[in-house]
Amino acid sequence: MLKFITHRMAGALLVVFGVVSIVFLLIHLIPGDPVEIMLGEAASVTDREALRVSLGLDQPLAHQFMAYLKALLKLDLGSSFHSHRPVVELLLERLPATLVLAGMSLLITLLIAVPLGIVAAIRRNSLWDSGAMSFSMLGVSVPNFWLGPLLILVFSLWLGWFPVSGRESFGAVVLPAITLGTGLAAVLSRMVRSSMLEVLGEDYMRTARAKGLVPSRIIFHHALRNALLPVITLLGLQLGALLAGAVITETVFSWPGIGLLTIEAIQSRDYPVVQACVLLISVSYVLINLLTDIAYAWIDPRIRLGGGH
Amino acid sequence: MSRPLIKLQDLSVRIGYGDKAIRPVDGVSFEINRGETFALLGESGCGKSMTALSILRLLPQPAGRITGGHVYLDGEDLTALPELEMRQVRGRRVAMIFQEPMTSLNPVLTIGDQIGETLRQHQQLKGQAARERVLELLDAVGIPDVQRRYVEYPHQLSGGMKQRIMIAIALAGEPDLLIADEPTTALDVTIQAQVLELLQKIQQETHMAIMLITHDLGIVAGMADRVAVMYAGQLVEEASRNRFFAEARHPYSQRLFESLPDVGKRDHALRTIPGFVPALDHDFAGCRFAQRCDQAWDYCHSHVPSWSIETDHHHHVRCHLADENVIAPPVSEARETALRHAAAGQHNGEALLDVNDLKVHFPIHKGVFKHVVGHVYAVDGISLSIPRGRTLALVGESGCGKTTAGMGILQLLRPSAGSVRFDGTELTGLKGERLRRRRSDFQFIFQDPYSSMNPRMRVGDIVEEGMIAQRITKTRQERRQRVEKLFAQVGLSPDHVHRYPHEFSGGQRQRICIARALAVDPRLVVCDEPTSALDVSVQAQILNLLKQLQNELGLSYLFITHNLSVVAYLADRVAVMYLGRIVEEGPVAEVLERPLHPYTRALISAIPQVEPDSRREIIRLEGDMPSPANPPSGCHFHPRCPSAMPECREHYPGETGSTEHRVRCFLHR
Repeated sequence: MLKFITHRMAGALLVVFGVVSIVFLLIHLIPGDPVEIMLGEAASVTDREALRVSLGLDQPLAHQFMAYLKALLKLDLGSSFHSHRPVVELLLERLPATLVLAGMSLLITLLIAVPLGIVAAIRRNSLWDSGAMSFSMLGVSVPNFWLGPLLILVFSLWLGWFPVSGRESFGAVVLPAITLGTGLAAVLSRMVRSSMLEVLGEDYMRTARAKGLVPSRIIFHHALRNALLPVITLLGLQLGALLAGAVITETVFSWPGIGLLTIEAIQSRDYPVVQACVLLISVSYVLINLLTDIAYAWIDPRIRLGGGH
Repeated sequence: MSRPLIKLQDLSVRIGYGDKAIRPVDGVSFEINRGETFALLGESGCGKSMTALSILRLLPQPAGRITGGHVYLDGEDLTALPELEMRQVRGRRVAMIFQEPMTSLNPVLTIGDQIGETLRQHQQLKGQAARERVLELLDAVGIPDVQRRYVEYPHQLSGGMKQRIMIAIALAGEPDLLIADEPTTALDVTIQAQVLELLQKIQQETHMAIMLITHDLGIVAGMADRVAVMYAGQLVEEASRNRFFAEARHPYSQRLFESLPDVGKRDHALRTIPGFVPALDHDFAGCRFAQRCDQAWDYCHSHVPSWSIETDHHHHVRCHLADENVIAPPVSEARETALRHAAAGQHNGEALLDVNDLKVHFPIHKGVFKHVVGHVYAVDGISLSIPRGRTLALVGESGCGKTTAGMGILQLLRPSAGSVRFDGTELTGLKGERLRRRRSDFQFIFQDPYSSMNPRMRVGDIVEEGMIAQRITKTRQERRQRVEKLFAQVGLSPDHVHRYPHEFSGGQRQRICIARALAVDPRLVVCDEPTSALDVSVQAQILNLLKQLQNELGLSYLFITHNLSVVAYLADRVAVMYLGRIVEEGPVAEVLERPLHPYTRALISAIPQVEPDSRREIIRLEGDMPSPANPPSGCHFHPRCPSAMPECREHYPGETGSTEHRVRCFLHR
């Protein structure tokens, strides 16, 4: 198992290096000169050159890249052009909000998707099934930038249950988390249903029934553990989408997380911050997939213990 | 007489709804007493498994349901029991083991967990007490090293071990009745002998009743006290074992016996049952077997036979011939006996195929850079030769490398070493186009006729494809004519060329595969277990066809199989393979009657015999075949060999015996 994890870690590091390189190159390919944006068009040539030297922008690209990598190893992401504060500080300030939102969304996703998928599979072709699958269709079709304002309208403005935006009170996370979670839950519940249906038809389910076990044990102990294997893979991939979706949802709800920071940074051409945000999102994507692989291997003994016969 | 343990009374089952509903079980009645083994015999699709599942009320949901009749367990009607109480029956009073041990265990739960939960459910055993009982059960079913197995997962065990685990699960509830649905069909013959012996031993200790579902007359002969034969959803005959084997009355039962291949029938075609089991979605006006029965007359088609009984023997038969109230017409002497004398091969002994020291090794890769850490010695130096027009059988248990050997010979897998000479040409050196041209000379028939055909192609195109690739005929017209001729030759209607594979039965599909192989005029055909997926009556048809084609076309066969009865019937010579090497080779009669190698002897003794009185001593082999990646030192067979000597552990024995009958064993120097 340890060997498996070290292998995957080595692979993940390689991917992160690739991401770092591409983000760096892309940022330098984008038209526009950061020096010009910072000093304005009226600045003198000497001032510009001075700033260029102080930012290290006069060096050859390869040299800049090495400097950037060296700084990165020390977790130094530079300073914001806009607020002149270290980028790391900005990220650390915003990260908890995004983590809370992602965690809550994931919780909501699982709370909706797993029971819905199981019920739909067990009561196949019944009213339960078609109801669950209609909800799922609806959830996939409704975009976040529409669902968010709708929820604000109903639950904040009409009913006044939750705040409209921000992160001041405890209840503020509910609406953004629902917005973000429903889309993912919709996709996932379909996956749980089809995976469950497949498992229910397996020979070992017949064995479990022939043992005279109670239905809850048959479903949760025997079926669900097998049915969740493919679901975990999808969940890993979808969490990436959840991070991307956070950019929109955080904007709608003015949720002070990484997504909102990215949008603000793009609007003010704060390149070091944009670069750091993209890097953070990519790295977490890689990390989540790594965790997914490990979780998958952990749950499936055929992978954990190696192929037998 | 005391009350029977279980009594089925006029049980009927339907699957599906409306006009398309099929009735796999249609008015079945029988009784099983405590401590008795009751065999339910029949071919696939006759309703045996559905009968068993309906006893436990585990029919496929939601389409399957019991539509009539009763199942009494110790006088209590199971069909009327609420689901909650039914759960107290399943696993506790009636337990079941299934045909496929590979898929019948949950892959993500440990062995201990899967046995322990039955204890928790039915015996209220928990914690340490449950654990100890599980270890006891594992020990009782002959699992070595129980502490380790307790925490292992199903994929870490062999097929035979998994079936033992299934038996342990069934025993955990201490049931009165064990339903065993084809418990050994997926296992090798030596492992089958182990499992059957285990079942008998447990029955003697616990006095439980066994309902044994099987298609194998040999297993019935060795295990059963009473036998019932099922056909098309009904019982057609029921008798004590001895009575049944001495005097089977129903024509279907009689045909089952006659279609079994064995050495005594070598010079004849096997008796077959024409046609198919009828669809079970309608009412029958007459006898269900009448369409396929060679003793049927008009009356059979218009009158449903009754369940008549010979009281003094408790022998029931559902046939007008056995009914005293029906007067049968005299059996017409014109009835074709269908026995055709096969012409003795007139071919000379010149070898068509000569294989010398063939090796196929698969490298085992490990690590980030996939370096080779070892090899699987699947085929490790085999030599054999096949004369023109003759059949060599390659026999062995699963995993011995026989299929790999066939693929290596036909260059479907490239050998690691050795030579394969086909009609004087060395095949191992041939590459690309030159090898492809040569392929028309040697063809392969696979085990599973369905998965070896492209489901989206019409069967005519499947047969024609090889001719196009090998440029056998010039025009499309010629090819079409040839396809139709081939279809007729393998016993299919030429009208069928436009159909798709799923429209055919298993036997018909194998005929199509044979036609495909023959389409390119091969001289050698490698048949890899061509009948192991088929019922006995269909197997007989295919074996007859292969024999007849050999006589007509002078084909040579390399016949890969695990079934020694088939070997006895079909082959001229036989080579026995164990763990990548041939341990014995010689003429069929010689090897089967005077086997030299202990492994060959064990194999032959493990075949269930149809004569119930022949109480031969079964040579029991311990354990499973070792892994070909890590073969034992010295003679590969020594860890399982009953007569192993010290030197067997040191050296691999050289070849001894005559040129006709070779063996590799230190017992024969």
